[in-house]
Amino acid sequence: MNYIDGFRDPDVAAQFVRLIAEQGRELAANGRHMHIMEVCGSHTMAIGRYGIRQLLPANVELISGPGCPVCVTDPGYIDAAIALAGQGAILATFGDMIRVPGSDSDLTECRSAGGSVEVCYSPSAAVDLARNHPDREVVFLAIGFETTIAPVVSLVGEAQSAGVSNLSLLTAFKLVPPALRALLTDKEIKIDAFLCPAHVSAIIGSKAYEPFAAEFHVPCVVAGFEPLDILYGVHGILGQALKNEASVENQYARVVRSEGNPVAQARIAKYLEPVDASWRGLGVIPASGLGLRPEFAAYDAEKKLGVPVRPGRLHPGCLCGEVIKGKLRPTSCPLFGKACNPDHPVGPCMVSAEGTCAAYFKYGLPGERQGGGK
Amino acid sequence: MSADAVVQLAHGGGGRLTRELIEREIVPRFGSGPLRGLPDGATLPSPGDRLVFTTDSFAVQPLEFPGGNIGHLAVHGTVNDLSVCGGDPKWLSLALIIEEGLPFSVLGRILDSVRAAADACGVTVATGDTKVVARGQGDGLYVNTAGIGSAFPEFVLGTERICEGDCVLVNGTLGDHGMAVMSARQNMDFINGPVSDTGSVHRLVGAVRAFGAAVRFMRDPTRGGVATVLNEMVEGRELGILLKERDLPLAPATRAVAEMLGIDPLHAASEGRLLLICDRDSSSAILKRWRALPEGAGAVCLGTVTRDKGRVVMETVTGGRRLVDVPRGELLPRIC
Repeated sequence: MNYIDGFRDPDVAAQFVRLIAEQGRELAANGRHMHIMEVCGSHTMAIGRYGIRQLLPANVELISGPGCPVCVTDPGYIDAAIALAGQGAILATFGDMIRVPGSDSDLTECRSAGGSVEVCYSPSAAVDLARNHPDREVVFLAIGFETTIAPVVSLVGEAQSAGVSNLSLLTAFKLVPPALRALLTDKEIKIDAFLCPAHVSAIIGSKAYEPFAAEFHVPCVVAGFEPLDILYGVHGILGQALKNEASVENQYARVVRSEGNPVAQARIAKYLEPVDASWRGLGVIPASGLGLRPEFAAYDAEKKLGVPVRPGRLHPGCLCGEVIKGKLRPTSCPLFGKACNPDHPVGPCMVSAEGTCAAYFKYGLPGERQGGGK
Repeated sequence: MSADAVVQLAHGGGGRLTRELIEREIVPRFGSGPLRGLPDGATLPSPGDRLVFTTDSFAVQPLEFPGGNIGHLAVHGTVNDLSVCGGDPKWLSLALIIEEGLPFSVLGRILDSVRAAADACGVTVATGDTKVVARGQGDGLYVNTAGIGSAFPEFVLGTERICEGDCVLVNGTLGDHGMAVMSARQNMDFINGPVSDTGSVHRLVGAVRAFGAAVRFMRDPTRGGVATVLNEMVEGRELGILLKERDLPLAPATRAVAEMLGIDPLHAASEGRLLLICDRDSSSAILKRWRALPEGAGAVCLGTVTRDKGRVVMETVTGGRRLVDVPRGELLPRIC
């Protein structure tokens, strides 16, 4: 942990806060207000956990983006998973999926009613489950962005070589760059810069953001998840803004390379192909998701088990879609902290360990500066 | 009995096998005191004018984990509940609900741990019960212990006695038990991974008797962790608590696993820790006494009581501030 402590050094943090304050004053002198979107849910959580919003000048706002894989998953996906459990399948899932609301129910209720829902810490656990229950189908709830996709889809290869045929994937994989493009082309959303994801960028490479810097003139800085990474990232963005530049900077060079991780990219391309995907809040974005290639249909739960994912119903008052787009600050949602709280979540942003509303509820101090969307 | 013998349903049937189970497993370990002759109940001398009485049930998977087993927990949990009420633990009951198929070797190790932990705490198992349930109806073994102790006259404890400026003390690192069990449950075979802190706090309580009314309140931060205890103390009140992230005592392995799984160590259980709120003027002296004991060697002041209405707030390492909320539902590892 000594390695990590270096990225949490209080004295260096204080120096960054001073530098950022100077940059903020200079921008304010020119009447400029910066809306920086932190794309990734892990950034949102780290910003809350370290109280970073309150350390920034008033004209530098951090807006939370769509980078929580659970939050952008359509409720119809949960409905399909519950239907599969009803058919006797064992659902294997990462932990924060199990409380995400579907149209009428969620996976914890499904489990209480007798459905088999197993929380896995690693995708490989699904192969063990399948081996230990040869008479039942094990369905892995395969959601996630680029970071998660490569290890999850490797399950197919693991199952093939282990001769396991009772394992399939219910896929809702999503890609970050198409979502960023959708946000930048939405005229109602004001984004001046991106604080780009850490681990997604480790897979896709920092060069994936070059088109956004060039076409939309928004500074893009890839930053790690530690507090100094984030402060350094904001400092880099403001530096570009002061010079009226827009380029891709890789602050997280200890992990991220310009070209990304070619092994993971090849693994993804081997098993998956682009598909149109439905995003909560953003709607259907062409080629923004990945589905199993036809030759792996035997591992595609929708095809194998005949349970298609259909669009689900959202709670009528839920504004998660607006939160995901950065148009609404969680605390401005009428349901926030009242009808919708972590014990009784109405929308996914309140459930997920990376959800924007969960971060505001968990770490936010009412009456103190929150920042966030408009 | 063969090395791989297991408990059968008939061991709970009341007949010859039940007798065998009791005589082989219980009597040699616990049969010398009030349990001699296996009476239906224990007849005990009164330990004092005022008694402290508590009960707790233990269900943990796996039964054995780095740092201890369910037997240690069953003794420490009840001894600690008596201790934080200002009690001097004396007697325990021990009730076992065994699932058919539990290996006798595991049961034996767990009962050895009960005996060893009870001896170390100076308490006696005075009465007990054994049941066997069919396979699939229990998680190997559930244990219930109840405990009786005498109340130390020096203490006047209650959350209503907490004042602005008071100090929040703890005797060591936080969340070790929760992270050790979570690691073990998922077969994460860490080298130098988290180790449960299961242990007794009764000597730490004994050590602060001399401070009497300067000790405002004590609690052991088990399920729900330190965050839950501190929030319960100030909920709905004019007072709050300020923690400093820099001062949080965390074992490197616990911190590393918590970081990896996205779990806040303030939400993870401890099983050998004592949170104590005391008058600021007494805090240094209490810490000094605690640090003289092995179980208090890592004692620190975690934070202070503020006027921040019902809120537990942390000053982060970067100089920001954030709320310390209670955990919600089961602790779940994150997706990425």
